[in-house]
Amino acid sequence: MRRRLAPYLLILPGGLWLLVFLVVPMVFMASVSTQEGDVVNGFAQTFRFANYVDALVRFKTQFLRSAGYGLAGTLLAIALAYPMAYWIAFKAGARKSTYLLLVLLPFFVSFVLRTVSWKFLLADDGILLQPLKDTGLLPADFHVLQTAVAVVGGLTYNYLPFMVLPIYVALERVDPRVVEASADLYATRRETFTRVVLPLSLPGVFAGVLMTFVPMTADYVNAAILGGPANTMIGNIIQTEYLVNNDYPAGAALSFTLMAAMLIGIFAYAKALGTENVLEAAVR
Amino acid sequence: MSGPVSPAVPATAAPELGPVRRSRKRWGDRLLYGYTWLILLWLFAPIAVMIAFGFNDTKSKSNVSWQGFTFKWWGRLGDYPDLTTAVVNSITIALLATVVTTVLGTLMGIALGRYRFRGQAATNLVMFAAISSPELVMGASLLSLFISVGVQTGYATVVLAHVLFSVSFVAVTVRARVVGLDRSIEEAARDLGASTWITFWRVTFPMILPGVVSGALLAFALSIDDFVITQFTSGATITFPLWIYGAVRIGVPPQVNILGTLIFAVGVAIAVINSITARRRA
Repeated sequence: MRRRLAPYLLILPGGLWLLVFLVVPMVFMASVSTQEGDVVNGFAQTFRFANYVDALVRFKTQFLRSAGYGLAGTLLAIALAYPMAYWIAFKAGARKSTYLLLVLLPFFVSFVLRTVSWKFLLADDGILLQPLKDTGLLPADFHVLQTAVAVVGGLTYNYLPFMVLPIYVALERVDPRVVEASADLYATRRETFTRVVLPLSLPGVFAGVLMTFVPMTADYVNAAILGGPANTMIGNIIQTEYLVNNDYPAGAALSFTLMAAMLIGIFAYAKALGTENVLEAAVR
Repeated sequence: MSGPVSPAVPATAAPELGPVRRSRKRWGDRLLYGYTWLILLWLFAPIAVMIAFGFNDTKSKSNVSWQGFTFKWWGRLGDYPDLTTAVVNSITIALLATVVTTVLGTLMGIALGRYRFRGQAATNLVMFAAISSPELVMGASLLSLFISVGVQTGYATVVLAHVLFSVSFVAVTVRARVVGLDRSIEEAARDLGASTWITFWRVTFPMILPGVVSGALLAFALSIDDFVITQFTSGATITFPLWIYGAVRIGVPPQVNILGTLIFAVGVAIAVINSITARRRA
């Protein structure tokens, strides 16, 4: 009897915490998203689903821009991370763990502080651009900050390790004997890569996409620090509605729309590639 | 492609390929090696800037262009009392959240790793949701709850939120360790007359301790760095990342760079010690 109860007693405190502060808040956010009112006179539940329509119409541009930036950042991250993960998995030998530690070390600096440092680096009169302007290699009015390039660059930078690690894990699992067998069967190096190694590493790429696309699309710190008014993402709008305008129903409706879009995307993606594999790869 | 693989090839290397191909292969390897370091350089560029600009002899509050080397800011670390408060808040919040998270997460990890029970799949699903849902949505929904119920956001709600987003990571880390345990050692302890309680504390717990420690370190790191969920749940309480974010528009003083450098140094030291002891254990 006591043994039967044991797992429940162990799971109870943490499970309750997750239930009360993860699941219940979603219900409250759903409720807030259909309310009407303002912060002075209070909010009332009127089941005004038009909040969603209003939010979508007003902030269509930011939604589309977020998806675009997220997609661009994710593709860039794959392109940058894959060769590096490949080299660490197959060529770094005994130094593997050192290289992995190096990939993770930037994480010991606050996310916000790293992004602010990029702002220093890319400043119009900063240490990267000023010398190039002085020597005439760049026009004097050239700038990177306040552009989409800066925001996508910042997103790619901040989430790159989340792409490197899953790809590395997948490549690391590729059995070297399979690679040898491919060579024994007269495949060229290129064929071995495209027909053996690459397909075997795809679950890692899928996991990486899951771990970078979602947070990139919901990010607002990069757009706020590195971008300008023309680069605001949906996260910036939600943050402003909640914390500056105190328009909680609009913020909640936008958050729910964002989450629904992401869930549809994730499920479509998982369905196309096999739910089990994608979820397993992402949790690992 | 030429014949069988020579036995001298290390297990992870691609098969040997003839002389011409080998030189091309070397070139490819060198290219990849250089590329990897280029990316690492990119990853470390802003950190180098952060460290360097803590020594910048800047005249104004904004700290963007290099104006000479100085140590003076190290002596004036406490110039901004609210910045000091923010750093203290960050550290105490991280410590509190880590203690609660580690206890809750370890219990969950043991339950998930050791037992099969009804509701296990549901627990896994909720944990997966906690790990994968965007911070923005988590923060917004928590604030919706606090507003609806009328809870004042502040220090306590930040700790609560930090426990929420890190508990699953600890549970997963501990579960991995529990699953890998050799149960026969516990059985031996029981055969030798140890009670369930004694067996747990003297045999099981020491064996899962490495998992608990790395889970705790992860929870601390996640907490001290968090910005998004903290911003939504903090009310008037300011943490280190929040202070920096607030200062961006008016200029970030060199003290921020120094504090960032110190936190970085402590983090690196812990990571290196952890990896060395892990290697020794293995």
